[in-house]
Amino acid sequence: MVDLKTKTPCAGLVPVRVGPLSLVEDAPGHMTALAPYLGQDAALSEALKAAHGMAAPGVGRMSGKRGARALWFGQRMILLMGPAPDAGLAEFAALSDQSDGWAVLHLEGRGAGDVLAHMTPLDLRPTQFKRGHSARSECAHMPASITRLGDEAFQIMVFRSMAATLVHELKTAMGRVVALQ
Amino acid sequence: MRLPCPICGERDRREFTYSGAAVALERPGAEAGSEAWDDYLHNRDNPAGVTRDLWYHEQGCAAWIVMTRNTATHEVLGAALASEARRAGSTS
Ligand SMILES: [Zn+2]
Repeated sequence: MVDLKTKTPCAGLVPVRVGPLSLVEDAPGHMTALAPYLGQDAALSEALKAAHGMAAPGVGRMSGKRGARALWFGQRMILLMGPAPDAGLAEFAALSDQSDGWAVLHLEGRGAGDVLAHMTPLDLRPTQFKRGHSARSECAHMPASITRLGDEAFQIMVFRSMAATLVHELKTAMGRVVALQ
Repeated sequence: MRLPCPICGERDRREFTYSGAAVALERPGAEAGSEAWDDYLHNRDNPAGVTRDLWYHEQGCAAWIVMTRNTATHEVLGAALASEARRAGSTS
């Protein structure tokens, strides 16, 4: 068997540091989309708790902690990030492997929210979009998932094929925000 | 312009794709006759006032939504998931 070299979606593109802002890649390991069968939402949440330690996130939320997270990922869709999915989950949901399909970036530092405000129509004010809140929206015209990880820290995800464009757009916006600080 | 999504809440218009009158949810039966099918496929009102149309929250949760709005005032009067509007047996 050919031994292929693993390359992350943002290899060679990050880290990017501008003033107090930093953009780094997160390699979350396995990523699996869970689509609960009709009427199985509660059972799936119980199974997630038993197998991976977190309940299913509510609409627009993230559950779990670093290393094993579950992200609300759209209508009747949850993204399990970190662990390989427990086989028992398949009883309650359709599972599809998304590992390597998404670029996962962390934007951190003073002004991180201002950077994103250049790129997405989401209302990211801290009173509206709090730590653990997650949304599907667009980011620089690309379909994205955006999650607040802290006061000045966000996770941004786009399809792997768009990683270079996203990094380019973020880098430009980071420069503009820092120039005004 | 901001539009309400029953799942995501109020969101910017650019996250949505417009898809015409909600009449598309009222598919006639196979035996309904050519007039009903003609109406379903081709004939649309162009109301100056309240209208109901389908929007797709494409850059959001991916839900199809029946939006009730007023074309004269731009007021949005309501939003419901298309799947539920159809399950309820009526979209009117
Ligand atoms: Zn939505």
